Amino acid sequence: MRVINRALGWVSSRFLAAYAGLALLYLMLPIITIALFSFNDPVGRSNYSWASFTFDNWLTLFRDPTLVKAVGTSLRIALVSTIIATTIGTLMAMALVRYRFRFRKAIDLFVFLPLATPEIVLGASLLTLFVTLQIPLGELTLILAHVMFNVSYVVVTMKARLAGFDMRLEEAAADLGATPWQTFWRVTFPLILPGIAASAVLAFGLSLDDFVITRFNAGQVQTFPVYIYLKVQKGIPPQVNAFATLFFVATVSLVAIGALLQRRRANLKP
Amino acid sequence: MGLIRRHPALVPLLLLAPGLTWLFSFYLAPNIQMFASSFWNGTLESGFSFSLANWVNYPNALGTYQVQYVRSIQYGFAATVLCFAIAFPLAYFIAFKAGRARNALLFIVVAPFFTSYLLRTIGWRTILGDDSIILGPLKSIGLVDPSARFLDTPFSVIAGIAYNFVPFMILPIYVSLEKIDRRLLEAAQDLYASSWGAFRRVTLPLAIPGIFAGSLLTFIPAIGDFINAELLGNPGTTMIGNVIQRQFLVVRDYPTAAALSFMLMVLILAGVALYARLLGTEELTSKAI
Repeated sequence: MRVINRALGWVSSRFLAAYAGLALLYLMLPIITIALFSFNDPVGRSNYSWASFTFDNWLTLFRDPTLVKAVGTSLRIALVSTIIATTIGTLMAMALVRYRFRFRKAIDLFVFLPLATPEIVLGASLLTLFVTLQIPLGELTLILAHVMFNVSYVVVTMKARLAGFDMRLEEAAADLGATPWQTFWRVTFPLILPGIAASAVLAFGLSLDDFVITRFNAGQVQTFPVYIYLKVQKGIPPQVNAFATLFFVATVSLVAIGALLQRRRANLKP
Repeated sequence: MGLIRRHPALVPLLLLAPGLTWLFSFYLAPNIQMFASSFWNGTLESGFSFSLANWVNYPNALGTYQVQYVRSIQYGFAATVLCFAIAFPLAYFIAFKAGRARNALLFIVVAPFFTSYLLRTIGWRTILGDDSIILGPLKSIGLVDPSARFLDTPFSVIAGIAYNFVPFMILPIYVSLEKIDRRLLEAAQDLYASSWGAFRRVTLPLAIPGIFAGSLLTFIPAIGDFINAELLGNPGTTMIGNVIQRQFLVVRDYPTAAALSFMLMVLILAGVALYARLLGTEELTSKAI
């Protein structure tokens, strides 16, 4: 009986490992495909089937001025909306985690609602508002929209980080005569900085990649995803794959560096 | 500073003010406006006018696009089930068996978010294409029927949706599994539970909140999605999202589009409310990421 049980256990754990391996491969497959096809020299306009290997797409990264402009617009909107959303989202998370006040639970749920609303509803409702108020669609409306959906993500991430914060450190600073302002900048801020950085990376990525809400509120402005969408019918130039691979590698490196820095800091602690 | 010192109760209010103002202006107000717009009639050229008599927009819209509504719910449900089948074993593996590789594996789970959503979806066109790198060999050795088509079918749409939202299922399940006190499992073993018994009566019940949160977080974006149906489907796989975006951006029939979006929103909020009733709001709002 025990032998059979052991054997079954061995088989099921191998099976689980194989299943998990396949699931991870499934997650990576489209990413690998995107990177691979940045080295493809497509026959005709569409870049769906493999033809031959080339570095050309990387050497001619900036060939299409519309694409370069779209990438620039995306980066600009992502940067501005990330700065605003991370700032106001962090402040909100501090209020929700550290203070007890009336309607706290209701506000908590309200902040969560944009995450529980389909993107298409977020985009469409903003469009009706902008149309009614006759606000011209463009980069400004996109920044307003991107900050809106990013604030909720920042609040949720920061809340989780702040929940583990040791309040005694601030009390100690106060006992040693620090003003609240000094306590914040010398104790609290350095400690929550990794959380802020993680939220900012998340917000930046979400903004850079947003298509649905952007599509509704962009007017004539083209962001990187809008450019891709408009090119689907005519064929997506392989330089798009090169840019996407570049973004992926940049983000992954950023996250890896962040993790390494945090590990080093943790090791320095006695 | 003096004001804050005299009224410390103002501090949370001041911290919340900018964020709440933003969400009131660009989340709440737009939704109220959208609700109002669903009672409009007229066109963009002639101008819209509001009248409560236009409640008929709702039954009219529902009557015309009932098929797409039902299809969205079906596809969303199928994609959620598929996500669960992929996510649970993976989350279990990462939480219990991955050891030091845990963070690296979690990173792979969120890695798709670091590449373009549209390109990932288009990537599936390459992968599922009739003679693709994967299907071609499988077809030539006879594992897959050579005449089988995967692209531009309901299958590819559902698979695409599942792919795009599966991390939202994996992460909450992982969080709930990871939180389980290992001593409970040891206790179950000490009390002669088989490993299957311990799984069924200890692990699974404790993972329920994560499974619920994951299902909701997958189902919500899934039923509102239109990218997968557009890029991986055919005219017979149109979802409600495709209709809404067409009505808003091409036909510009704002009243119908607003009514359709509002109904979608109500459907989803009903799901969230049900969840909050069953499991509490803290659970959901803290598990989202």
